[in-house]
Amino acid sequence: MPAASEPPVKIRLREVTKGFAGRIVLDGLDFEVREGESVVVLGGSGTGKSVLLKHMIGLLRPDGGTVEVDGRDLATLAGPELTAFRRRFGMAFQEGALFDSMSVWDNVAFPLLRAGWPKAKRAERVAECLEMVHLEGAGRKMPAELSGGMRRRVGFARAIALEPRILLFDEPNTGLDPVIKAVIDELILELQDKLQSTAVTITHDLTSAFRIADRIALLFRGRIVAYAPPEEFRALPDARVQQFIRGLASGPLTE
Amino acid sequence: MTALPAPLEAFLTEVGRFFVMLARTLAWTPRRPWDARELVRQMVRVGVDSLPVVLLTALFTGMVFALQTFSTLRRFGAEGFVGSLVALSMVRELSPVISSLLIAGRCGSAMGAEIGTMRVTEQIDALEALATDPVHFLVVPRVWATVLTLPLLIVVGDVIGIAGGYLISVVYFGANPVTYVENTFRYMDLDDLTSGLIKAAVFGLIVAVVGCQKGYHTRGGAEGVGRATTRAVVLASIAILIADFFLTKILF
Repeated sequence: MPAASEPPVKIRLREVTKGFAGRIVLDGLDFEVREGESVVVLGGSGTGKSVLLKHMIGLLRPDGGTVEVDGRDLATLAGPELTAFRRRFGMAFQEGALFDSMSVWDNVAFPLLRAGWPKAKRAERVAECLEMVHLEGAGRKMPAELSGGMRRRVGFARAIALEPRILLFDEPNTGLDPVIKAVIDELILELQDKLQSTAVTITHDLTSAFRIADRIALLFRGRIVAYAPPEEFRALPDARVQQFIRGLASGPLTE
Repeated sequence: MTALPAPLEAFLTEVGRFFVMLARTLAWTPRRPWDARELVRQMVRVGVDSLPVVLLTALFTGMVFALQTFSTLRRFGAEGFVGSLVALSMVRELSPVISSLLIAGRCGSAMGAEIGTMRVTEQIDALEALATDPVHFLVVPRVWATVLTLPLLIVVGDVIGIAGGYLISVVYFGANPVTYVENTFRYMDLDDLTSGLIKAAVFGLIVAVVGCQKGYHTRGGAEGVGRATTRAVVLASIAILIADFFLTKILF
């Protein structure tokens, strides 16, 4: 395929290294996400998928290498500039990360409030977002009263409230029942469709990975070892990819 | 570069983090949106909610101080000075320091626990991801609420402490009420009061910045939150006592 027909790169990581207390998590990782694409990152537990995602929004800074979003090196941004830059992102966290001093409603309204939306418009949008994740009646509840799956859905609603151009989802559908899982997948596709948003999703769930991804990546030992459209990915001869897809206990991933 | 001894390094880290947090707080203060409601909410927590504790402490401090000084000064026939002594000590020293230590235990710890919990449950990350600076949103209102409220608390503490001294001297020891009140205000001028209030404002700054800083840098789950909370109180208390020495030296 000629390079000219490809959409521009939205997020680019170059030779990113990151370690915590002497343990290397990302080891010279190179990765590109193109505008408008939905990318799924697969990888075993504890391989640094969340760490990778947090680098994309500047919540973590690389020890070495660069992270570029929309052509801007995140290392050049700090303070108010970085804060303002993050308006283009929406991120859903693994455990929801809801503000536990606020009700579900106020959580979803938070980004709208910060963006200065008027009250009526805010209320309308919050209701809409809660409806999207099938939590219409839960607005008054406090996060502590919710189940893990519900918290995750509220976190998802909060992340998409402002219809951001870049969506980062850290295991948005882990622990949800199959129906709600499908709903979340649909929402990710719909957002992409409607806004041409770029989405990076971390998941263990192969069904939803193949459902939502334009490209699938496999993270292993701090690097992206495979990166291809779903059908190609499925057919990759790489033993690590095949082990992950088939869910085998023994293979190069577990060595 | 030679490595510093571990305790010295830990100490310098704390000092550095304190000033970095202070600088970030000041840098974010003038930026919009200003959250007046949150500021008031925090002022209520520091001020109104702490009032009973501060009142009780100030009352008994004044009473004990009068009890001690009256029986001592009577030996020299100088019990006429008890009123001045109690008033000056309360206003300049006892009320600001003791109340601030209480606020460190009550509010500094709460700030450490609250922000620490937000850190370990990724709520701080979520704030950042939602284009909101955590220092702007969490630390700025807490610091200013404490800086503004603590002096007010201390004025109330001054009054109650002096009243406690009066109670003991006049009611218990039978001093002449008119001369006692006269003596209370004879040697006191406005500088004594303002220096106490300046102290209170500085201590308020220390309590809030240390509490928020310890919370902000929390690591390691529930245990980490516990550690951050304890450290917030201990560090703030030590810092208050050290700052008190230097402030006293500068202000008088």
